[in-house]
Amino acid sequence: MPTVAPLDLDGHVVAAAFLGDVPFFATASGAVHRLDHGQKVTEAHDGLLACVRDEANDTLVTGGEDGKVMRISVDGTATLLAEVPRKWISVVAAGPQGAVGFAEGRTAHVRLADGRIREFAESRSVEGIAFAPKGLRIGVARYNGVSLHWVAMAGQPVDLEWKGAHTAITFSPDGRFVVTSMQENALHGWKLDSKPGADTRHMRMTGYPAKVKSLSWSAKGKWLASSGAPAAIVWPFAAKDGPMGKPPLELGTRADVMATAVACHPAEDVVAIGYSDGMVLAARFSDSREVLLRRPGKGAVTSMAWSRNGKLLAFASEAGDCGVVDLTG
Amino acid sequence: MTETALPKPIPVTVLTGYLGAGKTTLLNRILTGNHGKKYAVIVNEFGEIGIDNDLIVESDEEIYEMNNGCICCTVRGDLIRVVEGLMRRPGRFDAIVVETTGLADPVPVAQTFFMDDDVRQKTELDAVVALVDAKHLPLRLKDSREAEDQIAFADVVLVNKTDLVTPEELAKVEATVRAINPSARIHRTTRSDIDLTKVLDQGAFNLERALENDPHFLDHDHEDHVCGPDCGHDHHHHDHDHHHHHDHDHDHDHHHDHDHDHDHHHHDASPIHDVTVQSISLRGGEMNPDRFFPWIQKITQTDGPNILRLKGIIAFAGDDERYVVQGVHMIVEGDHQRAWKDGEKRESRLVFIGRGLDREKIERTFKACEAQKA
Repeated sequence: MPTVAPLDLDGHVVAAAFLGDVPFFATASGAVHRLDHGQKVTEAHDGLLACVRDEANDTLVTGGEDGKVMRISVDGTATLLAEVPRKWISVVAAGPQGAVGFAEGRTAHVRLADGRIREFAESRSVEGIAFAPKGLRIGVARYNGVSLHWVAMAGQPVDLEWKGAHTAITFSPDGRFVVTSMQENALHGWKLDSKPGADTRHMRMTGYPAKVKSLSWSAKGKWLASSGAPAAIVWPFAAKDGPMGKPPLELGTRADVMATAVACHPAEDVVAIGYSDGMVLAARFSDSREVLLRRPGKGAVTSMAWSRNGKLLAFASEAGDCGVVDLTG
Repeated sequence: MTETALPKPIPVTVLTGYLGAGKTTLLNRILTGNHGKKYAVIVNEFGEIGIDNDLIVESDEEIYEMNNGCICCTVRGDLIRVVEGLMRRPGRFDAIVVETTGLADPVPVAQTFFMDDDVRQKTELDAVVALVDAKHLPLRLKDSREAEDQIAFADVVLVNKTDLVTPEELAKVEATVRAINPSARIHRTTRSDIDLTKVLDQGAFNLERALENDPHFLDHDHEDHVCGPDCGHDHHHHDHDHHHHHDHDHDHDHHHDHDHDHDHHHHDASPIHDVTVQSISLRGGEMNPDRFFPWIQKITQTDGPNILRLKGIIAFAGDDERYVVQGVHMIVEGDHQRAWKDGEKRESRLVFIGRGLDREKIERTFKACEAQKA
């Protein structure tokens, strides 16, 4: 039977993440809390807007209302990576080789490990940045599509066009697919290894009643789980053409409560699903079996993260009622 | 459900106005005013706003066309992101003010608050306030459609810099504003100096409050009222004879004198020659809901791109409550507001503000929605 260790914080919590075995919770106020032999806190920003885990060196990368991009280590040390005074940094991304991406307005920036910063100007606002799994390449989500830039080389970006506003972006772990979330309650995907202009290049994934704010690739990258419906919508990406022509799995379906966050297990084909009422379920892809991990709480689940061994799940909430689920009981 | 515990939506005021009309001055008054409230302000450029103690966010205007085949369905993508960020820490402010650039189209700003579910859930568009430079309005209308759109779309219009014009010029400017937008509340100001209760917390998009705190909606007996093109004074309210721009000035220099003579004005040079926005004010008796709802749906679907705003109070036959409707382009919403009061005339009033609208068709089809007299 899973047990929950609650952690009550003040206000909206943007992200939950594990660094090593230590769960971290980044609040919108800018305080980053961690549970490391007691509750400890780092005041990282005056207003925190974005937080991602950097797998390459097991740190957090955060962006704030104070125009700062910070790196936070497992011991809570915060290091300033970049600063754009008076701009909100609401988009951050972590890449290979210590590279960090961030955006303000219509400019995407990549800070390399040695501190050099490269800028990529877009004609429209940068809504999301993701690093490709191989090579130093970024995808930038923007109005009417995605721009792909090689970070270390000069040259024209590759434009992936699709009409509409693209607000978030992710690469599949094998690098074959790029998927964006759109303002119009849909996902759009591009198959990067098919010819530009080919019909098979585009993947439309629609039918969501709400915007998709949370995306998570399964352990082997064969599935993409998403929020935005009263269930986790899990698209099959194992085939050559991705999910085209195949229905998605609908896991953890509830009558009138929306899934707001998803996190795939690091080893098993299992997804943790957080809902707008604070409930957390785990559901297995093979037989849709569900396990209740946390009963409804005070606010919507905003973010979840598994520990590396897959035995702990940290969850964050809009109302501050966070916690860590221990699956071993 | 947690929904019940959600706090009251945060009101949002949108400030529009051409460069130099006085937006920054008004914004500074809002930020420094002695009203005990805290405002988060979203601007395109920090400019000359006092930024010391206040929550001011700079944001690049980013207009997104919704990918749903409707060309008028546009939102401000940057606002969605900034509002989302602001609303994660709601305790910091009581209301939001969005200042647009001089050339901005106010429609995407307003539609953001209707079309984006997250924004709509946590905020509530309060009113669109347009500042007009009394001295330069005639010139602005000649060279820009945006200046006209801003007035047409507004709930409150501040005719500012009145100290720089003669009373005659001011009257003409007010008549022009009224010609473009017969339902806006108009206030005269110098240096954007206004009682902030006339600008903030107006509830103009709130169906319960819209029109309610404006008891003189489409009426002509209010002291602030400046008669417009469809002035119904002293003549039958369905006088269709004057529907050209050239007679919009029939009362421009005596906004409280009802004895004007229409005839001799028709050959005057119109001071508002450059107005391309039209307004259609409709009055009718009690309506048949089975006709009215399909009608308003159809008209907003087919003519939506041409409709900037619509507002109205509808009396339905056999219904003891007033029904209020309002719309922006193809978005239309309506609800019962309150019971009709004793002695209150049960009539239906509706105003369309837009371009290229077929006045004859709209008037005829509106009348066709009236309930048949028993």
